[in-house]
Amino acid sequence: MKFTGKVWRYGDNIDTDVIIPARYLNTSNPQELALHCMEDIDKSFVTGVKAGDIMVADNNFGCGSSREHAPVAIKASGITCVIAATFARIFYRNAINIGLPLLEVGDDVKKIKAGDVLSVDLESGEIVNTTSGETIKATPLPGFIQDIAKAGGLINYVKGSAQ
Amino acid sequence: MGMTMTEKILAAHAGCEKVEPGQLIRAKTDFLLANDITGPQAIPEFEKIGRPVFDPDKIALIPDHFVPNKDIKSAEQAKALREFARKHKITHYVEAGRMGIEHVLLPEMGWVRPGEVIIGADSHTCTYGAIGAFATGVGGTDLGAAMATGDTWFKVPSSIKVVLTGALPEWVCGKDVILSLIGKIGVDGARYQALEFTGPGVANLSMTDRFTISNMAIEAGAKNGIFPVDEKTVEYLKARTNHPYTVYTADADAVYEREIHIDLGKLSPVVALPHLPENVKPVAELPEIKIDQVVIGSCTNGRIDDLEQAAKIIAGRKIHPDVRAIIIPGTQEVYMEAMKQGYIAQFIAAGAIVSTPTCGPCLGGYMGILAAGERCVSTTNRNFRGRMGHVDSEVYLAGPAVAAASAILGRIAEPKEVLA
Repeated sequence: MKFTGKVWRYGDNIDTDVIIPARYLNTSNPQELALHCMEDIDKSFVTGVKAGDIMVADNNFGCGSSREHAPVAIKASGITCVIAATFARIFYRNAINIGLPLLEVGDDVKKIKAGDVLSVDLESGEIVNTTSGETIKATPLPGFIQDIAKAGGLINYVKGSAQ
Repeated sequence: MGMTMTEKILAAHAGCEKVEPGQLIRAKTDFLLANDITGPQAIPEFEKIGRPVFDPDKIALIPDHFVPNKDIKSAEQAKALREFARKHKITHYVEAGRMGIEHVLLPEMGWVRPGEVIIGADSHTCTYGAIGAFATGVGGTDLGAAMATGDTWFKVPSSIKVVLTGALPEWVCGKDVILSLIGKIGVDGARYQALEFTGPGVANLSMTDRFTISNMAIEAGAKNGIFPVDEKTVEYLKARTNHPYTVYTADADAVYEREIHIDLGKLSPVVALPHLPENVKPVAELPEIKIDQVVIGSCTNGRIDDLEQAAKIIAGRKIHPDVRAIIIPGTQEVYMEAMKQGYIAQFIAAGAIVSTPTCGPCLGGYMGILAAGERCVSTTNRNFRGRMGHVDSEVYLAGPAVAAASAILGRIAEPKEVLA
């Protein structure tokens, strides 16, 4: 799968409370959640995000609560994949499980700025920054995780495995 | 080469002789948990698989986050959880009135035990590491899948050995231990890793302190935070379960990624300043910080010992006129015991609010939401921006003694300032 999109750039320790504040957790409807995604740190996100855009952050993205509402809100807002230096572990699982692709790139994330346009090849893990001309290589997903991603998420994977 | 406690438990549940950090395994799950926020998300995922629940006796569905229902949408979520529990004859569904905050309730009821693999659709599921279980938080989809299969996948974490020595000084508690550790290693200092607490200091920690410490392992990014099983653990379990359990101990030659030493005797009361749990400072070093609200309770500090600490400071005194003090016993059993001990009457006489068990204010749900510019000292576990209400409000994390002292003086304070 290949994506091309504009970058929404965030910093370290973006927690699930800012991705989707708990005051909106009285629903699990993806479209309703998307209306409030990132609003506590970036009011322009919901109004400005376009389908196909890419979210990029520094270390420990998605730390905090186990709420799957966080990757669900990001995905429903139109973001095609999230790139970060590192991810918090529950967010990582949740994103893979619901079919929101993630790419971990370590310090190379510094080569990506807000508004850059990236071309991402999920299978090879290659990220071309078409704005700066630089190419970044993401850590490839472990084989078993790739199987979940290819199945379109955990539920399809479990359905497809032996009964 | 030996194995850590975490590796041993995971190996046994994956049917392997040995596991190593980084290895991907499928492990059997002994107990599963979801609540009124995550359950309604797990249920449709479970239903897509089209199988029955793997074991209705091994699933707890606890409506604790927005229950008693805070609004119509929350009521619908609680209803979805209840109806699912009835339809699938889930043994451990607990209705409001008998309900408690899940991570206080499950150990109290004896539903979780040493050596087990427990996953919960709540990040603070790591609490049960206090009794020597491998327990970790997952999302709704993971939980929904495990409800059908009775297993889940893990990447075996490497372990950090946290060696505790000495004993806590008066008015210093488990919260000060875990906040001090997070202050040292940061909110991603144990990312993807297991925190294994060990050393002679463990014997000096109460079960309440251990629950608080394991509870906040996730705040250092850890997958789990585990304690060895000792006499105190066995004593705690004796009154709560007669279910057999397996005690795993780390091998002497187990391999740890790093070792951290903490002398409990050298710790002092601390707070985590906004907006990260790693912004830890001794209370003694803070300037005057006036506050508007105090919350004592939650899965982190809602146990009877926590309320006892608070009562020792609040009894016979008055909550500061500018402060709303909200005290939330973790379960009905804790509430009853606090009533028998006279704590509840002391709290109310002092001018505090006492609520039925709920997660409510901790995650900015209800029962104590903050306005712009307001400051709260809270015994909860997260002080992220906007966590307890307005994006411009501030949460200071502390143990129950510091929270109680702050409630009396109207500013962040040490217990000794009140008792002097």
